[in-house]
Amino acid sequence: MDDPDVKDVALREGTDEDAMCGVVPARVARPENVGALADLLAAARESGLTVAARGGGTAMDWGTAPRSLDLLVDTSGLSWIDHNAGDLVVEVGAGTPVADLERVLAEAGQRLSYDPVRSGGTVGGALATGLSGPGRLLAGALRDLVIGMTVVRADGVVARSGGRVVKNVAGYDLAKLHTGGYGTLGIIVSATFRLHPRPPAVRLVSAPAPSPEAVERAAAALRASTVVPSAVESIHPLAGPPRLYVLLEGTEEGTTERADVTARALGGTGVEVAEATPPGWGLVPDEGCLIRVLAPPAELPGLVHDLVAAADRLGGRVGATASLPAGTLYLYTAPGASAEAVSSLLERARSGSGRSATLLRAEPHVRDADVDVWGEVPGLALMRAIKDSLDPDHRLSPGRFAGGI
Amino acid sequence: MATTAPTTSSTALADLVPRLREICGEDGVLTDLSRRRVYESDGLTYHRATPGVVVLPTTTGQVAAVVSLCAEHGVPYVPRGAGTGLSAGALPHAEGVLLVTSRMRRIVEIDLENECAVVEPGVVNLDITRAVAPHGYYYAPDPSSQQVCSVGGNVAENSGGAHCLKYGFTAGHVRGLEIVTPSGEVVELGGKATGAHGYDLIGAFIGSEGTLGVATRITVSLTRSPERTVTLLSAFTSMDAGGEAVGAIIAAGVLPSAIEMMDALAIEAAEAAVACDYPAGAAAVLVVELDGPASEVDTQVERVVALCARSGAFETRTADGPEERALIWKGRKSAFAAVGRISPAYIVQDGVVPRTALGEVLGRIAALSAESGIRVANVFHAGDGNLHPLVLFDDSEPGAGERAEEVSGAILDLCVEHGGSITGEHGVGVDKACKMPRMFGEADLETFELFRRALNPAGIANPGKLLPTPRLCGERPGVRTGVHPLVESGEAEQF
Repeated sequence: MDDPDVKDVALREGTDEDAMCGVVPARVARPENVGALADLLAAARESGLTVAARGGGTAMDWGTAPRSLDLLVDTSGLSWIDHNAGDLVVEVGAGTPVADLERVLAEAGQRLSYDPVRSGGTVGGALATGLSGPGRLLAGALRDLVIGMTVVRADGVVARSGGRVVKNVAGYDLAKLHTGGYGTLGIIVSATFRLHPRPPAVRLVSAPAPSPEAVERAAAALRASTVVPSAVESIHPLAGPPRLYVLLEGTEEGTTERADVTARALGGTGVEVAEATPPGWGLVPDEGCLIRVLAPPAELPGLVHDLVAAADRLGGRVGATASLPAGTLYLYTAPGASAEAVSSLLERARSGSGRSATLLRAEPHVRDADVDVWGEVPGLALMRAIKDSLDPDHRLSPGRFAGGI
Repeated sequence: MATTAPTTSSTALADLVPRLREICGEDGVLTDLSRRRVYESDGLTYHRATPGVVVLPTTTGQVAAVVSLCAEHGVPYVPRGAGTGLSAGALPHAEGVLLVTSRMRRIVEIDLENECAVVEPGVVNLDITRAVAPHGYYYAPDPSSQQVCSVGGNVAENSGGAHCLKYGFTAGHVRGLEIVTPSGEVVELGGKATGAHGYDLIGAFIGSEGTLGVATRITVSLTRSPERTVTLLSAFTSMDAGGEAVGAIIAAGVLPSAIEMMDALAIEAAEAAVACDYPAGAAAVLVVELDGPASEVDTQVERVVALCARSGAFETRTADGPEERALIWKGRKSAFAAVGRISPAYIVQDGVVPRTALGEVLGRIAALSAESGIRVANVFHAGDGNLHPLVLFDDSEPGAGERAEEVSGAILDLCVEHGGSITGEHGVGVDKACKMPRMFGEADLETFELFRRALNPAGIANPGKLLPTPRLCGERPGVRTGVHPLVESGEAEQF
């Protein structure tokens, strides 16, 4: 293959360590700036190279394997933080570690109101995979916090959508497509987010969740209250009993009072109130298989219970974390779960109207087996049309996304 | 500017009419000129065109059949909800079909366990809240036209409202959509869970102004009614002092559900129209609303009152009952229509600046006004920097309209110059399509076009809206003479 020779781009051969879902890229390129990335992609187009992006490398085993990977773009050179505290807005380079962003914002008493599901990732990677953890009930998920985005298209053209103000309805909101798009429509180079002040006080109220009925009762009592939780998360760890967590954010006096109301709503014994979220809050394990399930919120308590019990019968232990009001559940297997077991869990999660499930991350032996990773994805024809229009040669991570996109 | 077809005369269309009647029934197809004329504009009445034919489908199947027929014959169609939009986004096509969703107004399902409702596109925004309020819920997006505007229209425009400062826009409150694509296919996206697999088509569809299809069924999130809501009215002797208070509230980490600001001219107009009894001598008033758990709101109210005082407020009123709160809102809500009392004609502009640039931009607007002799009243959503300058002029005076347009356009330039937007909530439509290049570069616009073509390849879905076209971009921006037709008839508020 012809090496693209571009200024401000360091190029080297790919190794096993660079593999994306088992596919080793021929070359790895690290552009120093947006212009260099644009030139690189224009050159890649000339040579017909297939391209994928890597941020922190924490989701290289996510999605389906690319059909071809000539060039892996390492975005770590695209790292900058332009924080405008007065406007509660920040523009961030895609290669910026999420942890760096969190630190800079915390120093100003602000935050990006979303809980990452992985540690060690970059902003670009968080956007490309598009997942949000528990704290999404007030400010929304990650996609709701993006107010502007710049991407480099497959042909090397740099294009921006949105802007730097929160209230803005000019043009199509293309950031929505790139968020969770696995880099198949363009390579994200920067994003602008709306921010929120850090709450002065936090209370995390939790209670044992011995049965789906108990969780349903607690969820109903919470819905009937006006405590306005930031998160309602049912967590079934790989080892240990399940608990229901309710996160409250606000003032010292306010959260104390709301925590009392919440504790009563959760009822029973074993209620605990913490003044901070524990380390690792919202993170899913970084090994084993990972499944994302969507279902009507009211069905989640039963569904989680059913899936955990089914996994037990299949001889594999699973853990789960479910944002009840959002109807979103992440299910993870202990390493080594058989492909049959994973496949069977996916099938079970998909049965029932309004339910869907995708296998976000598969261990190699599961990836090699014939598992239906995406399931039925509504609107696939429209997604294909969008892909054909923005990446007509299908050179951006071909095959890594739903329906072979 | 307006093109008017006396009858449904275009051959392509005339051939279609019998088939449209088969689909929508006799009473679902309007061909008489007088009846078609009812639909010649939306809320921005400056732009007018009589639609070639009007259809009023009642089911998704009918919408799909109408759109398929249009696709088959290459006939353009324009979707329309309640027609309250302010960017001529529902301006009809003289040789096309106007597809009105007003007969699709069933609330299909209210599902409290899942905290959502499934509605047809013609359902009036406020009707969702009316239906669920007895259960302690409401539908959060509250555009000022919420008494009449449709949820389908809200989806097309990604509507916000005074309270979007805290609760966000329509896009944050829609879980599922059934859409009819520009080729006439019915696609169901999302459902009762938040989010979906694959590309976020729902997110990209919302705010696409009818150029990517028609939403025929919408699953919206319901929000728990807050335990307490308190509205404050704070009066200042200068706009700068009012602006300082806004900055202080935000910097203190308080997130009100709304922060609205009016200047002296806007207050004068509101007093003349509705005798809102705002504090005498105010050069600026702030309306701040706080809602949430009582234990949080009470603390926040104290802080906001103190911050306003520290910024120089000479009077602050606090109201926590619905009637008292409505009194405070009365002046603010009447402001747009009220300027009709002090000026024969006016242009309502909609631009956004970063909140920290508000002071400077307001100063520049005042300078523009002084230089041109054109008065500008400022009423705006201060919390998010969304300006609604009302550019006042006398349309009987030669050249005044043109000068007003220049001032209005210059204000948008100021917004863009300061890193803001050409529209915060009214949308691009026809009115601002030609202003898109002020905010976006050629590559950005070309990328929008690539996306549009992917889902609307034949270009028949709401042509001429949202993106600039050579044909359009010689025309003038929208001038409002007198009040919004629905405000005049007492059917709607606009603020």
